[in-house]
Amino acid sequence: MIENLKYVVLVLAIMLALVLIAAGLIWLERRMLALWQDRYGPNRVGPFGVLQVTADMIKIFFKEDWIPRFADKKVFVVAPSIVMITILLSFAIVPFSPSIGVVNLNIGILFFLAMSSLGAYSVVLAGWASNNKYSLLGAMRGSAQMISYEVFMGLSLMGVVIMTGSFNMRDIVLAQSRVWFVIPQFVGFVIFFIAGIAEAHRLPFDIPEAESELVAGYHSEYSGMKFGMFFVGEYLGITLISALITTLFFGGWLGFHFLPPIVWFLVKMFGFILVFILLRASLPRLRYDQLMSLGWKVLLPLSLLNILVTGAIVLYLNNR
Amino acid sequence: MNSLFYIAAIIAIIATIRMVTGTNAVHSLLYLIVSLLAVSVIFFLLGAPFIAALEVIIYAGAIMVLFVFVIMMLNTGSTGVKKEHELLKPSTWIGPGIISAILFGEMLYILMRPASHPMTSPVIQPAAVGALLFSKYILIVELAAFLLAAGVIGAYHLGRKEKLSYHRYLKKEEPTT
Repeated sequence: MIENLKYVVLVLAIMLALVLIAAGLIWLERRMLALWQDRYGPNRVGPFGVLQVTADMIKIFFKEDWIPRFADKKVFVVAPSIVMITILLSFAIVPFSPSIGVVNLNIGILFFLAMSSLGAYSVVLAGWASNNKYSLLGAMRGSAQMISYEVFMGLSLMGVVIMTGSFNMRDIVLAQSRVWFVIPQFVGFVIFFIAGIAEAHRLPFDIPEAESELVAGYHSEYSGMKFGMFFVGEYLGITLISALITTLFFGGWLGFHFLPPIVWFLVKMFGFILVFILLRASLPRLRYDQLMSLGWKVLLPLSLLNILVTGAIVLYLNNR
Repeated sequence: MNSLFYIAAIIAIIATIRMVTGTNAVHSLLYLIVSLLAVSVIFFLLGAPFIAALEVIIYAGAIMVLFVFVIMMLNTGSTGVKKEHELLKPSTWIGPGIISAILFGEMLYILMRPASHPMTSPVIQPAAVGALLFSKYILIVELAAFLLAAGVIGAYHLGRKEKLSYHRYLKKEEPTT
């Protein structure tokens, strides 16, 4: 009984921490963008402007939550919750430290891939239910982008799976105790990173919501907390991809002994979040056909080649 | 364990019925997705986590997104709903209904026989599935690969078009048509 209660508290604490981190990232992103663009950014509310997030959240909660009359009401309401649910569920398989983690699944990576492929529905359904041409265009771009990038997002991880011999995230972390997978699986890391940016539709791959062409893409018609869920969902997506890169390629919680494992995990994760923000600060948006040809003509063959070479080397080393 | 199975099974059945009887194409597809997710839960409970994950990744995550994508592009709206209402007349569903009833009867007959399988079975690891696919069922895997390759080449052939661009920066030579 006590064990069960402890587990429930742990799960709730992880979820709360993740949502708080995602909300905090809104402030962090604006502050870092400002730093890199030689401005101040939000710096008035509270120390260093940290409470700006609270102000924004209060504003977004009290805004009128308007559903357009021409929209498909039920689907319109369901769509934003799908992104939050799928991403929060994906975090279930992430081992934050040897003792902190929700579930130890033997199909860990596959579970993440399943959830990320379901996440595409949030974009598609939001765009369709809004019944607005810009939203629909954004949704179509989004679904095409997410379907194509999911293909080699999964394939790029198979190198790691081959080297570990397991889909289990904890096994993958422990297999990196000698050398982090970023060194033998560098190609896989680069492909996963690019596919991860496309999955989280962040710049330079934010084509589904390109504001200079499509107003705000698939969430043009959303307001209030429904928009807030897309907004926080995007930052949760960044956190998820950063956490996964940390776990799969940078040794997860492993590190030197002077810091506890969870701190190592968070340090690495925030490093990648900052890289995501720096990408937004520095890169222009790709054109749609460039995105597609990069995906299918360059990254897909590369990821297949990566699997072939990794498999051959592992077989050779095992049989020697 | 058993109650979880029955909950998932009831959800799958209700969602499938709603899928068939619904008139809005996108809502029907959403019910189908729910039904696939419920079936995946059943696979997981029966000790096949690998198949459960693949069910979600491939059926619910990839194929159904493409279905939604196509229906979204067609965007039939109210005319589609009207057409669906016409399709729900008894004269259209009675034939498929009889065939389904026969299949249902066969399934009941198999289930009623005394020598039934126990519901709990050992958990099958992903590696075991892979080993079977590439030893016992290698021929089927290769045939499927042929089929997919043919599909890819066909799609490429159908989609190939001489690129016409009239923009002065993009134009390289006069269009050949």
